[in-house]
Amino acid sequence: MSLVKPFDKLPTLNAATILLVGTDESQQQQLAEAILKEKKTFKINIHVATSLPLPAERDHIRPRIDLIAFMINMQSKHSLRNVEASLSHMDANFFLGKVCFLITGVGRMNHCSVEMNAVRKLGNLYSSPVLFCELDSEGIRAATAQRLLRMLQICAGHMPGVSALFFSSLMKSSIDE
Amino acid sequence: MWASGRRRRGALDSGFTMDETVAEYIRRTVLKIPRHEIMEMLTMWDFLSKTQLQTINVHQIKEKISQEVVELCEENSASIKQAAILDMIYNHTYRNKKVWTVYQMTKAAGEETDSFNLADFKYKFKRSLRSALKNVTISFREYEDNAIWIRIAWGTQYAKPNQYKATYVVYHSQTPYVFVSSLRSNLPLLCQALVHASSYHDIHEMELRSRCIDSLKDIVFKRYSQTFQTYHPRPLQERNVAPEKVDPRIIQENKREKERIQSVNQEVFGEGVQPKIEFAQYKLETMFKGEPEMDILTEKEPFRCVVKFSSPHLLEALKSLAPAGMADAPLSPLLTCIPQKARNYFKIKERKGILSASCLGP
Repeated sequence: MSLVKPFDKLPTLNAATILLVGTDESQQQQLAEAILKEKKTFKINIHVATSLPLPAERDHIRPRIDLIAFMINMQSKHSLRNVEASLSHMDANFFLGKVCFLITGVGRMNHCSVEMNAVRKLGNLYSSPVLFCELDSEGIRAATAQRLLRMLQICAGHMPGVSALFFSSLMKSSIDE
Repeated sequence: MWASGRRRRGALDSGFTMDETVAEYIRRTVLKIPRHEIMEMLTMWDFLSKTQLQTINVHQIKEKISQEVVELCEENSASIKQAAILDMIYNHTYRNKKVWTVYQMTKAAGEETDSFNLADFKYKFKRSLRSALKNVTISFREYEDNAIWIRIAWGTQYAKPNQYKATYVVYHSQTPYVFVSSLRSNLPLLCQALVHASSYHDIHEMELRSRCIDSLKDIVFKRYSQTFQTYHPRPLQERNVAPEKVDPRIIQENKREKERIQSVNQEVFGEGVQPKIEFAQYKLETMFKGEPEMDILTEKEPFRCVVKFSSPHLLEALKSLAPAGMADAPLSPLLTCIPQKARNYFKIKERKGILSASCLGP
């Protein structure tokens, strides 16, 4: 079983890699395209996976992963369970700011099958930010893409003076308020 | 009342007036038909003459059209028989508005198959029903592919048949299958008449229901494209799929897994479009399994619950579950066995946890 590790590979010059993990492929694709549309000063790789661990046969060609975004659809318990199962296949160092949870499908309350509490608990347990976004709406999708890009820049160490660790504690305090 | 002038004239001509209820029934049937199809259906009905049809003005409100049709029918002094045929034409065109239940007839062991005689079938069917119930309206109409449509309006011993709650029966000669719509009280009579007329021995419900009668036929006649689980799993043929436009910066990590899901899905569901079914129901009568401290367990009563799935196109929906990442592939055989087992109502009982569906017929 191969763990995903944040520091086992050297970073690539002026590049950053984000990994999207979730069961809904079309949503991932939409988000990935939205991220690519945004202006950026560095080269970006977006890896898309349904669950962790990642297939070992691609380990040698995969660049260092700087940020992992787990996507949970509130309307699907399956998506939550999948993320929970995936979390155990990660190196603990990732939780120093390089993980976030993207929660989708909150808009239609009566369709929700996942409890809000479960998601918040997950965020607390892994001390990682929980971001709510409605990927069906284009505006929010773009905003989410910008947000993720900013986080990715920080996680990849492209922002002088701000580290992923620092950034995660900032995020956390804003959620707790 | 409408058409009084015409009626008087019609009455003078033929010395026969049309029944009030027949007129009302024709009027209501015409009102059900969408405007642009009225002419077409009336032509199919073949009751009104060409010149009569030409006098109908379809470019007015349906209320008026229906009145004109009724007036013409009065000229021809239509009876309930003709009115029933118009209803059959409408219901054949809009057959997806009813919920159809499939019945299967069986022969006793060693019984010979008689050659099918339509006139004989009709005669026996009518006689069998009429011997039990005098007040019934029975109409037949044959369609392509050996389908016989039967419309039965039921009455009681003292009341005239209720034309508005007619039962439809579709029987395919040469096959043991019968499709029945909306029937509650007189089912035993109908079954008896069917078995008698088609010289079978017994009849039973198949627990298969849908609005789409054509899909039901596809299922029971095994016409839908299917890949049965063979003992030699075929290697997947290379399909010429147009390469998707993927940005090289987006990298799919689970390509292999995706391909596996695709192939498993294809093996279970086949390549073609699935038959259309709107619901599936699972009645569970299994024991509650859980913590021994819980009180529920002390009773030996089964834990009853009903699980219903519904969708405008259930099987296609199930088929897309795994590729959409909403369920693991392969799906439970309970869900995927619907077309093979030809049933969508199941009862799951405690028996080593196996479904009792296999106890069904041959």
